Order: sequence, then structure tokens, then C-alpha cells
Amino acid sequence: MENQQDFQYTRQISQQYPQDKRFLLAILQDIQKEYNYLPRESLYMVQEYMDIPLAKLYSMATFYKALSLKPKGRYIIKVCDGTACHIRASQTLTDEISKILKIAPGQTTSDGRFSLETVNCLGSCAAAPVIVVNDRFYGKVTPSMVKTIIDEYGGIYS
Amino acid sequence: MKNQSMRINKILVCCGPGCLSNDSLDIYEALKNKIESDKPYISIETTVKATGCHGFCEIGPLIKFLPLDFFYCNVKVSDVEEIYQKTIKNGEIIERLLYHDQNSNQKIKSPEEAGFYKGQKKIALRNVGEIDPLSIDDYMKRGGYKALKKALLKSTTEQIISEVEESGLRGRGGAGFPTGFKWRQCAQMQNFPKYIICNGDEGDPGAFMDRSILEGDPHSIIEGMVIGAYAVDSHSGFMYIRDEYFLAIKNMTKALEQARNYGYLGQDILGSGYDFDIQIVRGGGAFVCGESTALMASIEGRVGEPRAKYIRSVEKGLWDKPTVLNNVETWANIPVIINEGASRFKSIGTAQSPGTKVFSLVGKVKNTGLIEVPMGMTLRQIIYDIGGGIALNKKFKAVQTGGPSGGCIPEQLLDLKVDFDSLDKAGSMMGSGGMIVMDETTCMVDVAKYYLAFLSEESCGKCVPCREGIRRILVILEDICNGRAQDEDLDLLIEICETVQATALCGLGKTAPNPVITTIKYFKDEYIAHIRDKRCPAGVCKELTIYSIDKDKCKSCGLCAKNCPSSAIKQEQSKIFTIDQTKCTKCGACVDICNFHAVKIGGALACR
Repeated sequence: MENQQDFQYTRQISQQYPQDKRFLLAILQDIQKEYNYLPRESLYMVQEYMDIPLAKLYSMATFYKALSLKPKGRYIIKVCDGTACHIRASQTLTDEISKILKIAPGQTTSDGRFSLETVNCLGSCAAAPVIVVNDRFYGKVTPSMVKTIIDEYGGIYS
Repeated sequence: MKNQSMRINKILVCCGPGCLSNDSLDIYEALKNKIESDKPYISIETTVKATGCHGFCEIGPLIKFLPLDFFYCNVKVSDVEEIYQKTIKNGEIIERLLYHDQNSNQKIKSPEEAGFYKGQKKIALRNVGEIDPLSIDDYMKRGGYKALKKALLKSTTEQIISEVEESGLRGRGGAGFPTGFKWRQCAQMQNFPKYIICNGDEGDPGAFMDRSILEGDPHSIIEGMVIGAYAVDSHSGFMYIRDEYFLAIKNMTKALEQARNYGYLGQDILGSGYDFDIQIVRGGGAFVCGESTALMASIEGRVGEPRAKYIRSVEKGLWDKPTVLNNVETWANIPVIINEGASRFKSIGTAQSPGTKVFSLVGKVKNTGLIEVPMGMTLRQIIYDIGGGIALNKKFKAVQTGGPSGGCIPEQLLDLKVDFDSLDKAGSMMGSGGMIVMDETTCMVDVAKYYLAFLSEESCGKCVPCREGIRRILVILEDICNGRAQDEDLDLLIEICETVQATALCGLGKTAPNPVITTIKYFKDEYIAHIRDKRCPAGVCKELTIYSIDKDKCKSCGLCAKNCPSSAIKQEQSKIFTIDQTKCTKCGACVDICNFHAVKIGGALACR
């Protein structure tokens, strides 16, 4: 788990913004970026700084897709399910990754290495269907390529 | 092919979203390094620029050479050395990298000769792909900020508003509300402060128009916003951009800084005594925030739930103050209208929908890309002349416009003119400009299910018709796709759709049933096939599809078995390949890979 020092970041992030409600989303986004999720401790600190109920933070965290209350994996596999990718069979890619990693979209493997997400359009429709692992793009992916891609990141430990 | 007189002085490397995913940034860096490192030894006056989207994403990464105006496509990092030695140093054109137009079977040098670029008319995209988005000087060289000077120093606010009204410009975010009228209403309000907002929360799947402008020509949006703010007397503006568009945010932040340094933004703009500044707000990844009142709630730091619009935003918008909210593309059109005048703008497009519209033309079309065409062009022209027709020469089935709340338009309506009113009449809508082409292998019930699944997830949950109605529609569609539906479900489906349309609170809910209603209207036979025959004609719905290998066509090459990710295809003693139905995940890999069309797609019932 995170040590005390880690949460210095939360304090720093919050204090970059004035104590005005309209910066709440930006603060939460920055925390999300730093920790890959919103740690409970960080939310307490934001609650105190902004002087708002924790429930309000919870409603923000669960409403916006960019925010997550659960830690995400080291490698986040995003399968684009924008319309262009969908009609070029992106669903079969999600199914194949689910089968290999044994997780459903939105979940993280138990060893914390892979998260699987479906996203709506990455703007690379010419290369549909598209997969992004962290920041690396893979275009015109077929189900048979999926295993090779996962192997690039160390594959699954058996 | 050598051309001694050729002097290339500018190279434009496309770094739009499509090309970026094909390593165009590496190509740019490599070319730049190459030229830089040789500079002390030979005299080359070539500059390399990373630009926004050139549009023709299908054949990216693209590189354009000026002033001779020829371009290379599908460039790889490994081509850089050859391009440098032959093209940049010796002026030789590398045939291999020229674009090969399949329809005319010719190698094409200049963009103007390519079918894809012919027929396009660029207003909103006028600078995208032509300039370095990080250079304000590039923008100014192409006439940038001239309109701002004209507006602030030589016009009254009344003149500006009249000009925009006269141009007939309608909101490019989808609804098509007259921009000038909106501005006038806001200008008349005597309630201060007033706010200006740019809606860059482009959440439609299959759409990247706004992203391209935000990334490729940020100053055109800033200029439009300052003019609009001046006209309605606002001093504070917000730009709401999706957080996922990190390059757009980066470029826009830089552009705002430059504009301030040059005196086009901030205090006492151009010495006119007028102050205005813009802040960027990052979106949180909620589709509903593209709806104007939800977007305002999000800027205020609340969850993005829309409100009923009995009182319009021009009266009570952000923090209950008069607010003008326009889409990215609308703002980008403003400087052109001010510069060239309303009558010039009106001469393009149709009487009711003047100007142009940017579309992202994607799906099963040959030339995927970003296009801008005059309003009133027919769907057929867009898909066949610009789009080059259907990929793999399959049969056209439908085109979907307007994003998740739009509708599917069938073949018999291909000659429909694309403008706000004609699309509405056909049951679809303009939307922000996604245009997704579908062919015979697309299942229309699955498409409707896809959009409704998206919308049910993105419904904010505030009003019952949208939250519950969409969910019920989705359940019925899932039943249809799984073969569990009955005849009467179709009537129930239509009934729920009509109720949601009539009673939902905001635009998202009201239009959500569109994909279902249009697919039932134009593709009822596919619904019937799913419901009565338990068969998916396109072979998409897994429960209703079985793959099998045609013994007569199979040449026993084994390609399918090699490519099957679930090892479901085995060779039997008779050398013929068969598919083990218990292992088959129906991913379709075998269908795509087979050179002999030996893999058959059949209905589940028929094969049982």
C-alpha cells in the first residue's frame, strides 16, 4: 500500500487549485493520473480541503468515466469499441482478451498487471479495429494477434 | 523521375490521430534530425513541420511536399533515409510512395488529383494539415487574426451579430440552431457577467472532427471565440475539451499562451480596451456532458446532469448567467464569415443550411478519413466519389449519421442531400458529423443494440424515461439478437421508443430511440429474420450463427486452422477441414482469412 509520503502528492495537487468547487473535477483527474485511481486517503484530504461532503466526491467519482475507485493494472488494455471498430468486429477482440486474461471488461487481473477496458472511439478509425496498451497503438487487430500482443507485456503467468 | 528545377522548401508530416497511431511522430523526428545533422555540410533550406490531420487517414502516415504539392502515403520510418537522399536532396519522386488510386488505377502525385480531395471544400478545416498548430505565425501567414482586427477595431457589435445572422450559420454541434440568433438573444440580456463556451466534448463513437480542429488549428477557435465574446459583451470564456484528447489540450494551452503574448487575448485586446480570456476545462469522460446544460454543470464542478430547457442558456446558463455555447466547428467558421462576408459564405451550401460540414467518414468505406464538403452534397457523392465506394467491393447496406442518437439511412435514400433538414426528415440527424458506412456483413439489429448499449451506459439517470426506457429497449434488442424474442416484442419495442422520444428530459434521451426506429423502418426484414427464423442474415449475432466449411470449396490449405485462436478447426482423415462447434467462439477469423470463400455463415436453426 501507499506510504505516507505518497500522499504528499495529493496535498500538492489540491493546493495548486483555489478552494473553489469548480476545480473539483480537475483535482480528481490529477489524483487519478498520479495514482491510477482515487485512493480513499486522497478523497479524505480533498474533502477537507474543499470542505464538501464525501458523498459528493463519491458521486463525482462514480459519474465520470475518467475516475475510478479501484486500482488499475500496470498495463491498461483499451479495446476501442467506437462504431467504426464495432462494425469491424472489435467485440471478438474483447472476447478473446477476456478469454486469455480471464477478466471481463472493467476488471483487473489478480496479479494487478492487466486491466481490460472498452472505450468509445480513439479517433483512429482508419486502422479499425484498434487496441491501445498504455500508450501504444495496435491497428487492424485480428483475434489471432491478441495473444502475441499480450505476450509483449510478459503474457500471463501460468 | 528527376526534376532538377525542383526545390522543396517545406515538408508537412501529418500528425493527426490516424497517422499518429502509425508512428508519424517518429517519422517527423527522423526527418528533422536528418536535415538538422546535415545542415552544416550542405545548404538545404527545407523545414519540416508536424501538422494536424491531412484527412486521408486510410493511407496514412502522409507527407506533403511544398511548394510542388505532391504527397507520399503509407510512409514508414524505414523510408526516411530514402526520402531524404532522393526526394529532399535530389528532387526525385519515389514512385513507390505515391498514392495509387484504385478506381482510376493511376499513381497520383498531387492531392487535388485524388478523388478523395476532389469535391471537398475547406472552411473549418482551412488550416488543418497546412500549418504547424504550435505556431501562431503560421496561422497569421494564412490570414489568421485578421477577422479579429476587423471585428474589434472596425465594426460595431451590431454589425458583427448581423453579419453572422445574415450568413445563416447554424450550430455545427448537431442541432443546427442559428448561431447569429443565439448571439443576438444573449447580447440583449442585461445581466452580467456573461460567459462564452466552446463545446469540445466530442464523445460520439466514430467521430474525430472537433479533435482535428482542436489539435490542428487551435487559433481559429480562439479567434472565433474572442469575436463572439466581443459581440455579446462577455469577458470570460471556457473551452471544455475531453480529457482523452491530451494533444488537443496541449496544443490549445500553447495557443492560448501565444494569443495572450500577441495581444489577441487577455487585457486590452489589440489596444481596443476590451478584455477577454479563455480557460480550458478538461472533460471527465461522460457522453452526456456534450449536452449543453450538462456541460455547464460539469464546468461548475458538479456531476454532468442536464436540466430542462424551459429557460434557454442565453438567458440563464453557466452559474445562471447569460451564456453562449457553440461547438468547435462553429467557432472555427466565424473568422471566415467576418473576413469574407456573409454573402460569400451563403454562396456555399444550401439556402437553409449554408456553408460546409466536416464529417469523419469511417466504417466499411475504402477511403476512411476526415472530410469537409458543401452542405447539400448527396450521400452517394460522399460515399462513392470521396469515399471511393465500399471496402473489399462488398455491397452497401446503410450509412449511419448523427452519432449514437442518429439514424441509419438505407440504399434507396442514397441520393438524399446532406443538410440539417433533409437528414431530420429521413429520421436521422446531422449530429456532430460522424458518418459510418455499413455493408452487407453488418447486422442492423446489432448496430441498434450497440448504440442503445452505449446510451444506456451514458444516460445520466436523472429522468425515468431515459434511464429505464433505454434499458428496456436494450433488453428487448438483446433478446432479439439471442433468439429469445417473440413477434409481439417488436410492437412493444416501438411503443417504448415512442414514449422515450416524447417524454425524456434532454436531447440525449429524446433522440436515443432513433437508431432503433430507423432500423425497424428501413430494415424490418432483418428484425423478422432474427425473431421468426432465429437467423442473423449478416452472421454477426453469435447465438444465431454457425460457421461451417464448404467441402466443395475447401482446398485443404489449412490457413483457417492456423489462424483459429481457439484451435477449433481440425483436419479430418479425409483431408477436409471441419469446425468443432463446441470450441468455436465465432470470431470470424476463418471467414476473413480464407482465400476460397469456403467458410459458410449459416443460421443456428438451419444447421441444427
